[in-house]
Amino acid sequence: MPYLDYAASAPLRPEALAAMLPLLERPAANPSSQHGQGRAARAAVETAREQVAALIGAAPGDVVFTSGGTEADNLAVKGTVLTRPPEARHLVCSAVEHHAVLDAAAWAEADAGARTDLAPVDRLGRVDPDRLAALLDPGHTALVAVMAANNEVGTGQPVAAVAELAHTAGAVLLCDAVQAAGLPGVDMTADGIDLLALASHKLGGPTGVGALVVRPGTSLRPLVHGGGQERGLRSGTLPAAALAGFGAAAAAALADRHTGTTTTTLSTLRSHLLAGLRALAPDLEINGDPGPEPGGAFNPDGSGDPGLVGRVAPDLDADGRRLPLTPAAGLPGLLSVRFPGRRAEDLLLLLDRHGVACSAGSACASGAVTPSHVLVAMGRDPVAARETVRFSLGHASTRADVDAAVTAVGQALEVLAPADGSLDRRGSAAVGRGEGSEEGRRTAPGRPGPGSPDPHRVAAARPGVGG
Amino acid sequence: MTAPQVLVAMSGGVDSSVAAALAVEAGWDVTGVHLKLADTPGHLQVQGKGCCTLADADDARRVAGTLGVPFYVWDMAEEFQRAVVDDFAAEYAGGRTPNPCARCNEQVKVVGLLARARALGFDALVTGHYARVEGGRLYRGADAAKDQSYVLYMLGPAELEHLRLPLGGLSKPEVRATAARLGLRTAAKPESYDVCFVPDGDTAGWLERRFGPRPGQVVDTAGRVLGHHRGAYRYTVGQRRGLGIAAPTPRYVLRVEPAAGRVVVGERAELAITTIELEQATATDGRPLRPGRAKVRLRAHGTEVGCRVVPLDPVPPGGPAGPRGGIPARRPGGRVRLELDEPVDAVAPGQAGVLYDGDLVLGGGTVSTTSRGGDLLTR
Repeated sequence: MPYLDYAASAPLRPEALAAMLPLLERPAANPSSQHGQGRAARAAVETAREQVAALIGAAPGDVVFTSGGTEADNLAVKGTVLTRPPEARHLVCSAVEHHAVLDAAAWAEADAGARTDLAPVDRLGRVDPDRLAALLDPGHTALVAVMAANNEVGTGQPVAAVAELAHTAGAVLLCDAVQAAGLPGVDMTADGIDLLALASHKLGGPTGVGALVVRPGTSLRPLVHGGGQERGLRSGTLPAAALAGFGAAAAAALADRHTGTTTTTLSTLRSHLLAGLRALAPDLEINGDPGPEPGGAFNPDGSGDPGLVGRVAPDLDADGRRLPLTPAAGLPGLLSVRFPGRRAEDLLLLLDRHGVACSAGSACASGAVTPSHVLVAMGRDPVAARETVRFSLGHASTRADVDAAVTAVGQALEVLAPADGSLDRRGSAAVGRGEGSEEGRRTAPGRPGPGSPDPHRVAAARPGVGG
Repeated sequence: MTAPQVLVAMSGGVDSSVAAALAVEAGWDVTGVHLKLADTPGHLQVQGKGCCTLADADDARRVAGTLGVPFYVWDMAEEFQRAVVDDFAAEYAGGRTPNPCARCNEQVKVVGLLARARALGFDALVTGHYARVEGGRLYRGADAAKDQSYVLYMLGPAELEHLRLPLGGLSKPEVRATAARLGLRTAAKPESYDVCFVPDGDTAGWLERRFGPRPGQVVDTAGRVLGHHRGAYRYTVGQRRGLGIAAPTPRYVLRVEPAAGRVVVGERAELAITTIELEQATATDGRPLRPGRAKVRLRAHGTEVGCRVVPLDPVPPGGPAGPRGGIPARRPGGRVRLELDEPVDAVAPGQAGVLYDGDLVLGGGTVSTTSRGGDLLTR
């Protein structure tokens, strides 16, 4: 079953499973317990801490384990706000942050007297450091949140430049690296990041664990109180097995980075995917700028920086130093595309019928697809947002997955082929007003009904979406 | 032979759960879809009140899981807001009494969803309505107390050909028993009766929050001012309560004149009407409504009265029903006059008038005017 939804959740890496199994089979022990079993569990946790720290250039002692990326973002935003006096609770977030950041900031506004400004992004979803600088209120701004790379469109952010601005204003920088953690260049030290959020399952570890990496000297108030684990910043018994899986996944991601899997392999696969989709739908539009690709064919919207095209973001510079995150370093496995005239919901249903997994805009609690705040912040209209599909590749993706996805998209597009001129541009296939057309009358006599099902009909039907 | 591919509209209630289960039992290739029709934040939702709460979506998802069928949630809140909620408010503001359920079926749940299902290659749409489709015609459901044919009158042959209503031959107790037999978690779920987007049932309050106060006069048929009101949209024909006037005998709303801000009241006997005119009238066989005898129903569970059907318009060019796939806001339909065998009380413009021949639904339309003995009462 072709799985192209790594940005939602990556399949468990074999290394992670192998690290978890012994801890699940062994008698349960609390890593805080002072007996042999407890020490063994504690050892597994501390190994994981080292592995996670190594992935993002931090010291093991900086890693605070949480229940996931969302809790890490919440701890960073709320925990920082609560250290500040009421007049110094100003927040600046990029408009394309994950809801874990934006909604935590909204809580701080509503319940902790904070005020929040959103830093605008350009058409590709990138923060302009100059425009962000204008929002800073030196001495009052507590925290600036700019993610490493966006989860919906893959665009990388100028984190190091923003960190410098934040520090000048006396604020700390939160970098949500949940998507980008496995990439070259995401580095606590080089980028000047004070707080960095991670999620295990995006790296191929289990769900239910993540981390907030806290630069030494950064003040933070805990949100979860109890046994005082994680230096008092996050109480609760540590899930040793899950953390072992997280650590193993981080180590495997780091190994992939060194072998070039994360950049070269993924961006090559993505090139195949894009080429296949373009052949099927020449009118497709790419959202955002998820970074360069080896072949040079990937030039988002025709507007990307030509100087970046064809260059793979390097891990190290000529002197062997880690390079800071640059705007070029987007997510190499992510492709957000709009198929004009086709509702993402409809495409996803048809792809699902072929066993192909991918995503539309952000999903809300009820499971419905609602227009993404990221695409809207990029200036895309709500129709474009509703016609956007996100494909995301990762550690176990293969050329066969990509080929199967392209085939399924071709079949889906055939079913959904819009009749010329009859397309409802609001993306509403259901209740167009006065936009009906003869093509919309697909229930005309002669079409096989349920009484005479035609096995080829699904692929052969060329219904007008009508209104 | 390949099983027909059907899309089942799953609200999360017991009826659509059982409809999905029966579709699976029939051997059809079933896909479930739940329509998210409102954007009410989760913490403001009350379970069992209105539709489209998170709990309803969860119930539908769990039932789909029990049945082993794929399940999706489609956000049609925008369409619902425009076609149903805004229309509901505008109708009241215009002095009419709308039927939002008929409107929702017409624009979103049945006709709209069917068009989308067909566009996705499905053979048919399955819903949990209590009505029957046989030989391409629409009939009342077997359970007279639950019959929902009234809200489906606008369907034509193009829709009926691709609509499957598995509950049409069942009674409500049979449906609940089926749900229990199959272990569906919705088996004992309570009914919802309210207008789903007015969960507290206070339509007048809902309208007032939307429009603000629009004070005006309560007058009798001679134009004498009897009192004052906060907004004509708070009144509907036949209403007795909330008039705020003192009179020796009960007074009823005879008509609402929103332009003048006037609510006209009178004696109960004055509510009786003998002639009704329908607009946007369509027939379930897709042909123009023909002159003849029928029974008309004016409320979802009201009584029926015999009538003579008199079509008033020539057949519009291009067929009587207009384009079905595109679903314009108000589908072109004809006007017909209904001459009632006996007077009927309190019929409000905006209500649906549905024509029956026995159990067969002939068609119907929206009440535009009513009159008694040639005197136009409401327009």
